[in-house]
Amino acid sequence: MTNTTASSDVGDLQSRLSGEVPGVSLAWSTYQDQTRVVVPAADLLSVLQASKKIGFDQLTDITCVDLLEYGNATDRFEVVYLLLNIETSERLTLKTYLNEPDLTIPSATSVWFGADWLEREVYDMYGIIFAGHPNFKRLLLPQEFQSFPLRKDYPVKGRGERHNFPVITRAES
Amino acid sequence: MPLELIDRPDLDADHKEGLWTLNFGPQHPATHTTLRLVLQLDGEMVMDAEPDIGFLHSGFEKLGEVLDFNQYVTIVDRMNYISPLANEIAWHHAVEKLLNIELTARCKYIRTIFAELMRIHDHLLCTGTCVLDLGGATAFMYAFNEREYIYEICERASGQRFHTSYTRVGGLLYDVTDDWIEMVRKFCRTFPKAYRDFAGLVMKNRIFVERTKGVGVLTREEAIAGGATGPVARASGVARDLRRDEPYLAYEDFDFDICAAQGGDCYARFQVRMMEILESLKIIEQAIENLPAGPIYSAGTGKETIPDKREVYRSIEGLIHHFESIMPNRQMPAPKESIYAATESPNGELGYYIVGDGTFRAYRARTRPPSLLHFSLFSRMIKGCMLSDVVAVLGSINIIAAELDR
Amino acid sequence: MATEINKTVGDNVFLTTLDAAASWARANSLWPMPFATACCGIELMSTAASRHDLSRFGSEVMRFSPRQCDLMIVAGRVVMKMLPVLQRIWLQMPEPKWCISMGACACSGGVFDTYAVVQGIDRFIPVDVYVPGCPPRPEQLIRSIIDLQEKIQSGGTYNAREFKLRILPEGPQRFDEDELIRIRERNGFKLDPPTYDPVH
Repeated sequence: MTNTTASSDVGDLQSRLSGEVPGVSLAWSTYQDQTRVVVPAADLLSVLQASKKIGFDQLTDITCVDLLEYGNATDRFEVVYLLLNIETSERLTLKTYLNEPDLTIPSATSVWFGADWLEREVYDMYGIIFAGHPNFKRLLLPQEFQSFPLRKDYPVKGRGERHNFPVITRAES
Repeated sequence: MPLELIDRPDLDADHKEGLWTLNFGPQHPATHTTLRLVLQLDGEMVMDAEPDIGFLHSGFEKLGEVLDFNQYVTIVDRMNYISPLANEIAWHHAVEKLLNIELTARCKYIRTIFAELMRIHDHLLCTGTCVLDLGGATAFMYAFNEREYIYEICERASGQRFHTSYTRVGGLLYDVTDDWIEMVRKFCRTFPKAYRDFAGLVMKNRIFVERTKGVGVLTREEAIAGGATGPVARASGVARDLRRDEPYLAYEDFDFDICAAQGGDCYARFQVRMMEILESLKIIEQAIENLPAGPIYSAGTGKETIPDKREVYRSIEGLIHHFESIMPNRQMPAPKESIYAATESPNGELGYYIVGDGTFRAYRARTRPPSLLHFSLFSRMIKGCMLSDVVAVLGSINIIAAELDR
Repeated sequence: MATEINKTVGDNVFLTTLDAAASWARANSLWPMPFATACCGIELMSTAASRHDLSRFGSEVMRFSPRQCDLMIVAGRVVMKMLPVLQRIWLQMPEPKWCISMGACACSGGVFDTYAVVQGIDRFIPVDVYVPGCPPRPEQLIRSIIDLQEKIQSGGTYNAREFKLRILPEGPQRFDEDELIRIRERNGFKLDPPTYDPVH
C-alpha cells in the first residue's frame, strides 16, 4: 500500500495561513505530528474562514478544556477546533482561550455546517456561548438542567439531579 | 397544527396547512437503542426531522478524567458496544501517541487482527439489523450466527466475550495462544460461505433494493462539510480511509482496497459495508499467517506498561515493576501536552483528544464520536423521503446511542 | 367425591385453583417488552437470535408496544433523561406484569457512578429478578427467565389493588411458631412459647 499522505512543511502552513489573515497574531507550536495555533478569540471567525480557504475542508471536532486545575494555566477555558484537509490528510489544531464572565465566541456554523451539534455539545458541557448559532440550546442533557457537568468544579457524582424523580411502587403501577 | 410551526419561515404556507407532528422514539424497535425524532409530516412525506438525543448520556468523559489510562479502557469499551475492541484500540492508540510509546510488531499484528474482526462484527450487526428493520428476519439470524463465533474468539483471547478490556498501554492483557490462532484460521475458512449465504439473501433481494436505492441521499459536499467519515462518507464518494491515508498499527504491511461508492444512498452505504467485510477478511488472512513472534509489551522505561502476571507472583522484580506501574504516585507521568489521534473504527473516524497534566491519567479525555456527526446529518438525508424510509436511513448510518451520547 | 369423579373421567380432568392454572399459563407464555438502552440490548438480541434461541422457553414474542407485553426486560443503563420514559412505559403495561433488571448498570449503576446515571432502576420502579454481569451472558438471561417463571408459578399473580390491600410486606413469610409448637406437641415435645419480639 502506498502512503499518499503529503505531509507539508509546518513553515509552509504558517505562511499560507498568515498570508490569508495579515495582522492577526498567531502563536504556533508543534508536538509530535500535531500543528497547533493559538488564535485570539476576537479573530477566531476570520481565521476559521481563512483556514477553510487554504484547504481545510472538514471540521473534525470542536471541544473544550477547563483549565481550572491545570498547573499554572492563566486562562479558564480553552476551545479547540480540529481541522482536516481531506485531499492531503493535513491536520491543524486551532485553540482559543476564554475567561469568565465573557464566554462568548462566534459560531462556526456559517463555515462548516457540521459545527452545529458540536457547538451545542460544548455549550451543554461547559457553558460556552456560540454567537450566531441557528438553534442554540442544550444537546445531551435535559433542557431544565442547571449546571455544566464537565467543568472541573462540578462533582463526578453530580449534585443529586440523578435521583430527583418520583418513585413508582408495585401498588401504584 | 402546532402553534410553534406558524413562525417557521423555512416552511411555505401551503405546507404549513397540512403538516402534522409525529414523535418517533425514544423507545422504538428501529432506533435499536435510544434516540428520539420529531418528524414533520405532510401526508406520508417527511418534511422536517428534528433529532433529540441524550437519552443515554452517562458521563463517559467525566469518568475519563477520574480513571487512569489503563482503567479507562473498561469505560471506552462500553461506548460503541457493537465493536468494543475497536474503541479500546482507538483509546490506547491515542494514549501511546501522547506518551510516545512504540508498540512491538506482535502487538501491532494482534491489534490489527482484532480491529478487523471488530469491523466484520460491527458491519454484520449493522447490515443484519438494517434488513431486520426492513422486514427480513432471516438475514439477521445468519449474521448473528457468525457474530457468536467472533465472540468466542474474543473470549478465548481475553476471557470476556463482550467487553473484553483487552488492550493495555503499550501492549495487551495476555498474549494469544496457538488455539486462538487456529480459531481465527477456522473463521477465515468458514466465513466466506456464511457471507455468500448472507449476501445472497439480501444484495439482490428486490424488496430490499427498492426500499434502499435512492433513499436518504447524502451528497459529497454535504458529507465533507458535515464531518461524515467512514462508510457513510465513502458511500458518498469521499474515498478516504485512515488505514491508508494516515497508517497506524500494521496496516502498511497489508494489501487491501478502500471500498467506496458513488450513490450516497442507503443502498450504497450497505454495499460499502458488505465490501468492507471482505477486505477485512483479506487483512486478517494476511496478518494471521505472518504473525511475528516476540514480546507483546514494548520495551520502554518499563513504567508505562504493566508486567506479565506470572512475573508479578513469582519474582521480586516483577512485583516492584507492578507496584511502579500501578501506584498513582509512582506511575509514569504523561507530558503536559495535548494530542489528537484517530483510528478508522467500523463506524468512521474515532478519535481521542487527550490533555496530559503530568500524571498517568487524562486531564481531559475527549471522544470524537463518528455517530454524533452522522446523526447530525440525518435531517438532511431524510428530507423529502417517506415515513417508512426513516428506519432504512437510521439502519444504514448505524447510530450507536452510547457513542452518540457518551 | 374426588374418587367418584376419578372413576368416571379418569386422568382427563385435573382439579386445581383457578389462580394456579392462570399462573401456569402466564408463566409459560411471557411476552417480553425489550427496553434495551445499551450494551445489554445486544446480548438480549443474541439471546433471541440463532444460537441461544429464547423461544425454547416460551418467551420469544418480543413486542415493542408496552400494551401487548407483560414482562419488561430493562437491558442497559438508565439515565436521568430516560427515567421518565421508563416509568411511563411501565405504567402503560397491563397487569399482571413483571420486570427483569438485566445487567449491572440497570441493577446498581455498574461502573457508571456519574452525575447522569440512575444508580439502579429499583429505586424508581419495582423489579422482580436481577441479572448480574456486564453484560450478562445469554445463558444468564435465560436462567433469569426460568427463575421468573418459577416465581410466577409458585407465588401467583397479584395486581396493584391486591398489593395495596396486603398487610405483610413482599418477601419470605414469617415462620409460623404456633404450627411448630403443635407439631412438637404431637410428637411428645414440650416447648415454651418464643419470647423474642414478634415484630422482628
